[in-house]
Amino acid sequence: MAKKTMVQALNLALQQEMEKDDSVIVLGEDVGVDGGVFRVTDGLIDQFGDQRVLDTPLAESAIVGMSIGMAAYGLKPVCEIQFSGFSYQNFHQIENHAARLRWRSQGRFHVPMVLRTPYGGGVRALEHHSESREAYWAHTPGLKMVIPSGPRNARSLLVSAIRDPDPVIFYESKALYRAFREEVPDAEETLPIGKPQLLKEGADLTMISYGAMMRPTLEAVGELKDKDGIEAEVIDLLTISPLDEEILVQSVKKTGRAVVIHEAPRSFGPGAEVVSRLVEKAFYYLEAPIERVAGFDIIIPSFSREKAYLPSFERILRAARKVLTAA
Amino acid sequence: MPRKKITISEKVEYLSILNEKGQLDKKLEPDIGEDVLLKLHRFMVLARKFDERLLNLQRQGRIGTFPPIKGQEAAQLGTIAHLRANDWMVPAFRETAAELWRGKSLESIIIYNNGFAEGIDIPEDRNDLPISVPVGSQIIHAVGLGWAAKYRQKDDVAMTFFGDGATSEGDFHEGLNFAAVFQAPVVFVCQNNHWAISMPLSKQTRSKTLAQKALAYGMPGIQVDGNDILAVFAAAQEAVQRARSGDGPTLIECVTYRLMMHTTADDPRRYRTDEEVEKWSKRDPLPRFQKYLMDKGLLSGDKLNEIESEIMEEIQAAVEGAEKQMAAFGDPMDMFDHAYAEMPPYLKEQKADLARELSESGEEGDHG
Repeated sequence: MAKKTMVQALNLALQQEMEKDDSVIVLGEDVGVDGGVFRVTDGLIDQFGDQRVLDTPLAESAIVGMSIGMAAYGLKPVCEIQFSGFSYQNFHQIENHAARLRWRSQGRFHVPMVLRTPYGGGVRALEHHSESREAYWAHTPGLKMVIPSGPRNARSLLVSAIRDPDPVIFYESKALYRAFREEVPDAEETLPIGKPQLLKEGADLTMISYGAMMRPTLEAVGELKDKDGIEAEVIDLLTISPLDEEILVQSVKKTGRAVVIHEAPRSFGPGAEVVSRLVEKAFYYLEAPIERVAGFDIIIPSFSREKAYLPSFERILRAARKVLTAA
Repeated sequence: MPRKKITISEKVEYLSILNEKGQLDKKLEPDIGEDVLLKLHRFMVLARKFDERLLNLQRQGRIGTFPPIKGQEAAQLGTIAHLRANDWMVPAFRETAAELWRGKSLESIIIYNNGFAEGIDIPEDRNDLPISVPVGSQIIHAVGLGWAAKYRQKDDVAMTFFGDGATSEGDFHEGLNFAAVFQAPVVFVCQNNHWAISMPLSKQTRSKTLAQKALAYGMPGIQVDGNDILAVFAAAQEAVQRARSGDGPTLIECVTYRLMMHTTADDPRRYRTDEEVEKWSKRDPLPRFQKYLMDKGLLSGDKLNEIESEIMEEIQAAVEGAEKQMAAFGDPMDMFDHAYAEMPPYLKEQKADLARELSESGEEGDHG
């Protein structure tokens, strides 16, 4: 057991899965000699060689398309797209092929690949480096969309994603990469894909979030307890799609109140789906309208203004208090 | 610091062995066994007659839209004939002749073209990817497949098909570049049929040939008369051997012509002249190959009649068989299959909702 950053935890997941299974291949831009621009793949090429860790030419569509071919052959490629802002150049490969080869071949082939990519704001990055577009992938049938919120679950989910028989888009928050450390056991650990996690029980309010927004959410939950005496129940989605609403519905049936928090733009964001499911399945238990705290429906601004864009502790707290005091 | 010419030493070859009049360049004639020649011929006739029958079925409203292949049989059969079962075929959407060669049944092609996923029936003993409609997007998959074979120390090769239009797509460039960089065992087969729906080759590229594009990526490119099955066969043989022996990818440009419409939803008279089609009809790959076989004493008028009537019976049986099969299909619940390895809970609910809706409206199993 050692305290690890998310970068180190992800590296551990890759290293252990590559050691265990020679069908796991890492590929992408600068993932080999350079160890990835965020160092997630650091050292892998030294241990496994350049036939397991492929430094590719600069072409996102080909990185993903090549991964699809490898996966159809029976390998388990884990490709890195350097920033999620560049993944639109491989969007058609995911939509047209990765997500539907199982269907398009009527079960003859499937695509057990993982596309890892950093997402989200908060690190004062350049344009195209800070957005949060998980809804694109979550809207695509046949795909799985996973977003960890800390080192330990990042490691477990990445192991599960590599072993998953279906293609997984794996978003890694840049803001969380080195934000804090957690104990990450050396022994194997997995988490089921498609299962949200109940982080904290509470009777008064349900707070639902994921990824980088778990931190300000938990901060707000602490403040609610300290200042308002409110016990919030907290759920970390971990998997955006397939979204399993069971735990969300159970929670809201108990609390009658909910806030959904994400940094992705508000309209048509994952929160819209979460709220719809709650309205469908827990409407008569609701004591107040559900609130969404989200990014605004604009392009995330250049970094001097990104703090005002991203859902803050204060904004989350305000939304929670609004839900708590509504009729 | 001079300003000087950089000499590109590589050259693009052009290959033609059996010209449109059926005249043979003896020196270039490939050594193809009699059984293979006759099999190639049989599949060429089968593909031609089947294509004509599909068009007929489409016009009668018995199947949906489909892309005819007439005129491109030699380009497809001369290349695909070199693949072993374990090799990978990565098709676009106008490769019916190649698919038939690989063992896809006539029935399944009819069924697919009539809107049933049951027609996506990939022979279990063949490594064939399904038809790929988004132009050029499949090219790079061949690189992943080929690379994976090499990684597993197998000598399998991947052959991918695409048209002249696809060479304008980014995926074409990315695919060729990756294949060359990773020296993947891939054969890129461009069926240059001169038309991408209404866009003529002359407006698709200013490049003198499509084959020369290979040179920019550091791989051999060859242009062949795509209506000359001997030339296609010879070029593909070299390319497949090159890939199989670890010497990397090749681009083959088969110069051919789409004698029919892009798909049955297209009217080519809007963009090309009858004279042009007439000119290319004279370069039809089938009669010249038949003349070649007759000159070699491998085919006669009687034998051809016999083959054709056998094939017509085979096609008729397939049409009847497919229509019988399709009458038995129709459970819409099947459409939920193959989304994920395991069905998520909300999909089970959606499926149950549809089942309920259908049983309430009494429509289950009856969707025309």
